[in-house]
Amino acid sequence: MTDYGTISLTGRKKDVSQKEMTFSEKMYIPILKGMGITLKHFFKKKVTVQYPEEKREFSPVYRGQHILMRDENGAERCTACGLCAVACPAEAITMTSAERKPGEEHLYREEKYAAVYEINMLRCIFCGLCEEACPKEAIFLTEKTPDSEYNRDIFIFGKDKLVMKPEQQVL
Amino acid sequence: MDSSFLIEKGVIILVVFSITMLIALYSTFAERVLAGYFQDRLGPNRAGPGGFLQPLADGVKMFTKEDFIPDTPNKWLFIIGPGLAMTTALMTSAVIPWGRQLTIGGYTATLQAADINIAMLYVFGVISIGVYGIMIGGWASNNKFSLLGAVRASSQMISYEVAMGLSIIAILMVSGSLSIHTIAEKQHGFIDWDWKGHFVWPSWYVFKQPLAFLIFLICAFAETNRTPFDLPECESELVGGYHTEYSSMKLGFFLFAEYVNMFISSAIISIVFFGGYNYPGMDWVTQHVGPNVATILGTVVLFAKVFFFIFFYMWVRWTVPRFRYDQLMNLGWKILMPLAILNIVITGIVLILTGP
Repeated sequence: MTDYGTISLTGRKKDVSQKEMTFSEKMYIPILKGMGITLKHFFKKKVTVQYPEEKREFSPVYRGQHILMRDENGAERCTACGLCAVACPAEAITMTSAERKPGEEHLYREEKYAAVYEINMLRCIFCGLCEEACPKEAIFLTEKTPDSEYNRDIFIFGKDKLVMKPEQQVL
Repeated sequence: MDSSFLIEKGVIILVVFSITMLIALYSTFAERVLAGYFQDRLGPNRAGPGGFLQPLADGVKMFTKEDFIPDTPNKWLFIIGPGLAMTTALMTSAVIPWGRQLTIGGYTATLQAADINIAMLYVFGVISIGVYGIMIGGWASNNKFSLLGAVRASSQMISYEVAMGLSIIAILMVSGSLSIHTIAEKQHGFIDWDWKGHFVWPSWYVFKQPLAFLIFLICAFAETNRTPFDLPECESELVGGYHTEYSSMKLGFFLFAEYVNMFISSAIISIVFFGGYNYPGMDWVTQHVGPNVATILGTVVLFAKVFFFIFFYMWVRWTVPRFRYDQLMNLGWKILMPLAILNIVITGIVLILTGP
């Protein structure tokens, strides 16, 4: 049977002991060793990222604010099938579908499109399941983080904030 | 009394006062930056270039905060407390020699406000009054945490003054004088030679009295309420210790007094143990370049030593955790005091054996 008391996951485990202090420990000599350690840290490279001037790079798979894609002709890809809303574990996505009128082919790729598409950014957990569920490759999570605001209502993002701008470069 | 004497002393007092204030002001900034560096951070660097205006911003913040006085029967004592702490912190600098003579147009000025022959006693006297500021402030706060902090401060200071005084007695035995100016002058020239030109011993008292230096250093930490002996303000147990109820500039005075104390005690350590304004080759500079240059260089050297000790204070602060109260008392009474007495006995024996 494994003796769980001896396991050390970090490899840095130290057993607590109540042994008598040595003479040097009683004279607080080990403080000098500690001062050496702090002095070593004094000259170490600092970990601080000077934020507004200097930004830490995101991971390539970072999941940030959503974007609703357009195709190469500038038409919205979303067909309002609702699979993303079903997949969403946080139930952050709602949409209302509408039928494409003749003459709107340059706006919407499919015959059905999302008239209203809203994501509640306060509910969203940025899991990326909407992106996986989408059969039309219409929704993606970008590297952008949602802007901070004072009002909770602003965090319900509509199509004005989600749909890709015509000139926008994504990823 | 000669009016030029008054002007000289007035100028020196003013300059020393403003330098003390300036250094204390920037010590608060240095403390925060050093704290950052010791913890692999950068510290404050946003206010002004490199954070240079941070103390100013802190000052504005301190002044504009609400000046709250708690419901206490001792309103006057509550106001006097921080003032007393600040006054006593500044008073000590009067007897510190900042350099040798400076000759300007035939007039010789000594860079010291008052060269009194009992300067060391004066320093100890003023330091002992310093605890009254904390004690009165803590008492008048009408708050149990403040009172506990004040009681701790007074008992800690009384305990460590004993060891501090005893450690300095060994220095007085060697130097034969209570005047800090004389003590500094005795360490002139980096190495003592006997009359035949043989090497005797380095002249700085840290080499002659290493044990006294160690005891004095530890006691100086306790006297200035710096970590590891900052039990009087101990945020984790006593909220803020003696300054729990203080706000605005009254709190600022308490905190500021600590930094002034730190600067003054660094100055005293550098003068009494590290030769003060003396540096190796001072005589050579005096002969070849001129006495005024030698004096100014000496003052610069003194400030370099002082800055090192201020750095040392902060270095220790970010290394050693706070002592427990019984450990503090054990260290003061059972280790430092017997060691200081032993040091006096050894110094006496050595002085008798080697002759005067």
